Amino acid sequence: MRAPYLTARRLVVTLAVLALGLAASLAITLLIGPAHASLRIALAPGGGATPDATILFRTRLPRLLLAAVVGGSLSAAGAALQGLLGNPLACPHVLGVSAGAALAGVLALLAGADAVSGSVPAAAFVGALAAIGVVSFGARAGGRTAPHAVLLIGVVCNAIAAAGIMLVNAVVSYSQAQGVLFWIMGALSTQSYGLVGWTAVYALLGLAWLLRYSQDLNLLAAGEEGALQLGVEVERVRRAVFLAASLLVGAAVSVSGMIAFVGLIVPHLLRLILGPDHRLLLPASFLGGAAFLVWADTLARVALGPAELPVGVVTALLGGPFFIFLLRRELKRGLA
Amino acid sequence: MSATVEAERVTTGYGARDVVTDVTVTVAPGDVVGVIGPNGCGKTTLVRLLSGALAPRSGTVRLDGRPLASLARREVARRVAVVAQDAPLLLPFTVLETVLMGRAPHLPPLAFPRGEDLTIARAALARVDLHDLEARPLVALSGGERQRVLLARALAQEPEVLLLDEPTTHLDLRHQVGILDVVRELGRKRGVGALVVLHDLNLAALYCRHLLLLVGGRVAYAGPPAEVLTEERLAEAFGAHVHVGRHAITGEPIVLPLRRDGRVPG
Repeated sequence: MRAPYLTARRLVVTLAVLALGLAASLAITLLIGPAHASLRIALAPGGGATPDATILFRTRLPRLLLAAVVGGSLSAAGAALQGLLGNPLACPHVLGVSAGAALAGVLALLAGADAVSGSVPAAAFVGALAAIGVVSFGARAGGRTAPHAVLLIGVVCNAIAAAGIMLVNAVVSYSQAQGVLFWIMGALSTQSYGLVGWTAVYALLGLAWLLRYSQDLNLLAAGEEGALQLGVEVERVRRAVFLAASLLVGAAVSVSGMIAFVGLIVPHLLRLILGPDHRLLLPASFLGGAAFLVWADTLARVALGPAELPVGVVTALLGGPFFIFLLRRELKRGLA
Repeated sequence: MSATVEAERVTTGYGARDVVTDVTVTVAPGDVVGVIGPNGCGKTTLVRLLSGALAPRSGTVRLDGRPLASLARREVARRVAVVAQDAPLLLPFTVLETVLMGRAPHLPPLAFPRGEDLTIARAALARVDLHDLEARPLVALSGGERQRVLLARALAQEPEVLLLDEPTTHLDLRHQVGILDVVRELGRKRGVGALVVLHDLNLAALYCRHLLLLVGGRVAYAGPPAEVLTEERLAEAFGAHVHVGRHAITGEPIVLPLRRDGRVPG
């Protein structure tokens, strides 16, 4: 049984352990890959020019770091959306937020935006925000959010955005469509530390913004009216969390396409272990999600030998069954 | 530290329908005001109005003379605590975490509870007889225990006014009396005013100095229990036959139901 309440000490210790776990994951996965590369050779004097150094520090490390930022962003956004909407099955992917971001990103790409420029993340942010807006306001009636309607409208939103992407794909040239498809499926290949850096800035901004409202998210467990009676300016919190989550999802999607279920599995497992307090859950989800995607991407790189799987395939294959398991559990508890 | 909540000729509702019409009520420091009436007469809506969760369409709700709508939620939450009837539990917080949430309006947004907050929360739990369950997840508790946890959370808010919507519904006899004793004691010792929605007319007579009988969203009768709880008025309001007698010990009215055919059993 976990402790009866969260103390500052437990928060710090838990986050330190998770941060260490993430660092260890990065160090280990750096050495795993289809091509052999030796860290000793790469770090030896003059080793910077060796193929080993190129593989480790030009190819693998930026990609791993990007995976960490993307996984962290999606998980933290998932944890926040689950808290805000009072629905354990909410996550950026299921609610169509990722798809909204992807559709907007695709449109920006086809309009001629460079995939590594600032305009794709901006477009993805707007797309994510639009999808969140549709889901949250669509599910509201009489000043309350209907939990089942959130999921239903999210599913519909997802389908609409997916259809939009297919429609766009059908009318553009074959080579453009190939590029879009690869981007959408969730690829993390990058060789640019600049891209990693910018994505990290967006992600940490979004995370910090969410943390500001973490206690309000706790109080929202009493329902919107209960939270209001405990002093929460509910409307302001809703708006802020929507914006912050959109920033996180937009940044993640714009560099990696759609990666499913990271935002669902990780917050859930952590909530089971650490308890529901968002002051711990949000940063823990970021660190845990980062480690999760680092490992998932490593699996994607090595599972089929030299050929590479899109990481979205790995997370969906792991996350899909987990989602059904969760849904069953909620059904048995009579909540879904 | 004591405040007055008053509603002056408030009307509100949902959609096109008015649920509360032209209701005036004052909860002064130390008062225990009971709200009674048949199902759907607007009791819960009145509580939502007084808590600021619902805005009046006309009329005003005031806290110490200032319109509720002009106050920040945090300030209201430091002074007014609410125990709602069907509060959702969306996350598996523990009992103690839930009660500590009552301290949130008194603390900076991200602060951890201080020793003093823990003392207050544990004292509140002890008052509702639940001090040994603090580490349990709230979802694992029975309906009556949850209701007491939510009352403990309201007590931990250290409010000046308590708004309770049927706080005794799921409780056994001992805890029905226990909770209302706590409310009365807070009124006497600290001047906390309370508005309590009650279905049990005998408890209402026992604990409330002033009763509001709502029918169809309007105040049908208001006054001390002996004036409001009469056979004619209750028959008119509830459409049910009752016998009103006297409590042999307190002298307050007691209300007993009668069978529709008016006959004795047998």
